[in-house]
Amino acid sequence: MEKFTTLTGIAAPMPLVNIDTDMIIPKQFLKTIKRSGLGKNLFDEMRYNQDGTEIADFVLNQPAYRQAQIIVAGDNFGCGSSREHAPWALLDFGIRCVISTSFADIFYNNCFKNGILPVVLPQEAVDALMEDARRGANARINVDLNAQTVTSSDGQVFAFDIDPDRKHSLLNGLDDIGLTMEKAPAIDRFESQMAQARPWV
Amino acid sequence: MTQDNAKPRTLYDKIWDAHLVDQTADGTCLLYIDRHLVHEVTSPQAFEGLRMSGRKVRAPEKTIAVPDHNVPTTADRETHIDNEDSRIQVEALDRNAREFGVTYYPVDDIRQGIVHIIGPELGWTLPGMTVVCGDSHTSTHGAFGALAHGIGTSEVEHVLATQTLIQKKSKNMKVEITGTLPPGVTAKDITLSVIGKTGTAGGTGYVIEYCGEAIRALSMEGRMTVCNMAIEGGARAGLIAPDETTFAYVKGRPHAPKGAAWEAAVNWWKTLKSDDDAHFDKVVTIRAEDITPVITWGTSPEDVLPITGTVPSPEDFTGGKIEAARRSLDYMGLTPGTPLDQIAIDAVFIGSCTNGRIEDLRAAAAILRGRKLADGVRGMVVPGSGLVRLQAEEEGLDQIFKDAGFEWRLAGCSMCLGMNPDQLAPGERCAATSNRNFEGRQGYKGRTHLMSPAMAAAAGVTGRLTDVRALTGQAEPA
Repeated sequence: MEKFTTLTGIAAPMPLVNIDTDMIIPKQFLKTIKRSGLGKNLFDEMRYNQDGTEIADFVLNQPAYRQAQIIVAGDNFGCGSSREHAPWALLDFGIRCVISTSFADIFYNNCFKNGILPVVLPQEAVDALMEDARRGANARINVDLNAQTVTSSDGQVFAFDIDPDRKHSLLNGLDDIGLTMEKAPAIDRFESQMAQARPWV
Repeated sequence: MTQDNAKPRTLYDKIWDAHLVDQTADGTCLLYIDRHLVHEVTSPQAFEGLRMSGRKVRAPEKTIAVPDHNVPTTADRETHIDNEDSRIQVEALDRNAREFGVTYYPVDDIRQGIVHIIGPELGWTLPGMTVVCGDSHTSTHGAFGALAHGIGTSEVEHVLATQTLIQKKSKNMKVEITGTLPPGVTAKDITLSVIGKTGTAGGTGYVIEYCGEAIRALSMEGRMTVCNMAIEGGARAGLIAPDETTFAYVKGRPHAPKGAAWEAAVNWWKTLKSDDDAHFDKVVTIRAEDITPVITWGTSPEDVLPITGTVPSPEDFTGGKIEAARRSLDYMGLTPGTPLDQIAIDAVFIGSCTNGRIEDLRAAAAILRGRKLADGVRGMVVPGSGLVRLQAEEEGLDQIFKDAGFEWRLAGCSMCLGMNPDQLAPGERCAATSNRNFEGRQGYKGRTHLMSPAMAAAAGVTGRLTDVRALTGQAEPA
């Protein structure tokens, strides 16, 4: 997993609430057995007409936002399914950070497994950053994970909270499985206790 | 291990404590996973990850794999799957299941079906377990008093390799449904009504325990319908404390404990309930008498209204929901003020992990007996598993559906998410017993109204969204 430390980039405004995983990556693109290559289908049904041509007014099709690395989104971003294809598609497009007032639980988890930072901020802060994002390519937003801050293009600083373990893993690009496998003796112990206590499992 | 703990605990607390392998100072926990369910869409990258790092599946006997999302529901699927990408995914699951030695129900096995239907049906899902799957509707298994939730593919790989999951504890939320459901009102109406009240983010950060007299009165099938949609309310998981109804359902299932192990298991299961004075961080109480047959009108599962209502206007909402409602109405092709029961439909879908169990098929068939689909309406029944299909055929339900003009299909997720050929055409409007009404969910530009099996059947008969009580002669409240 790629580390996340700091990022300064263009932010795309997506004020719609409840942007769901079917919008982020429709089901026809879940038939892959790979993790890569989904960026071209990110937000597919909002982004393209059925004949494959671009829908001009969709934010990521606008010249100012084609290189966006951040999305500033409405409430409850990523609701719906557990598909990790959603963060894979965001990452493949180039999005490394999503800012919203709230995220759906599984999507939020999935971001951390893929080097994407989901930032939760209060409504006023998201509103301010949404306004900033609307200014287009000249308004670059800075995200500093170590300092836990988001800074708008005009210098407003918003501090955010994050779980310390998740922050550590993201800053260092750590592999959860490797870390857990170091705890194999504890897992062995638990399994032998359970074989006695709940043998039917 | 379970500790004697003076502090009163919720059901969630108890299951959590009983699966705790390790805990760091900041509260991050390693939780043991008793059952890992696997399907073809969210697992190939996880198995590939194992292969690349030379890892094995730690507990193949606790890992159950079945293809369900992609599989066609027509009889020819046993010989070939036309869609190449779907076929590759199903073949990949087949190869991975055999290579890593996990329990596997291939597409031609009578026990094949939707992962959340077959887990309980075969006795893999038991009270007090931790159950995960790379699928958000894993919350279904909470109906047994099992802590069950969806995970992403990276976590699927983590569970395959370690049989554990890194977790932070969620908060406790209680949803109590008091009293007795009125006639014509079902488990689906309960779960939709709860989401209508709390919103799709109302449960974010929580595990919900559903309780109260109306929940106790539900069958296991009904309880699974309720817990299935905990995720649509934003919750990590839904739970219902196990009781005699649960034990009666589980007993005798192929993988349920037997003999002395059964007695020991039931003794432990009986302790799995929230202590009287346990703390809940949030409590929602709804009177069963206030719940009516409901449908969704929009493109979020929180867009719930009684069938007796009218299409809302964006101005009825506040904040970001105003724009979302405008977008929904446009997508759904609806005009504010239209009575909901005047909305004409094109299709009926009966199935899914929400409502694809035998009781659901019985409820729909009860409405359809001696009736027919309205002219121009297409109907599809997709049993949740091969065994549900078999049971329904033994009861003659398939004949009722066929006589009414429905297609009687093989088991799978089917038109709930339209990954297989079962999809809506652009603009088609569907009365669906599934769980999501998102844009494009059932097919590009397809329009989904969520409801109970009886309501979907009623809509099929009249050709428009319909109050099922009008067909059954059950009085509508004054």
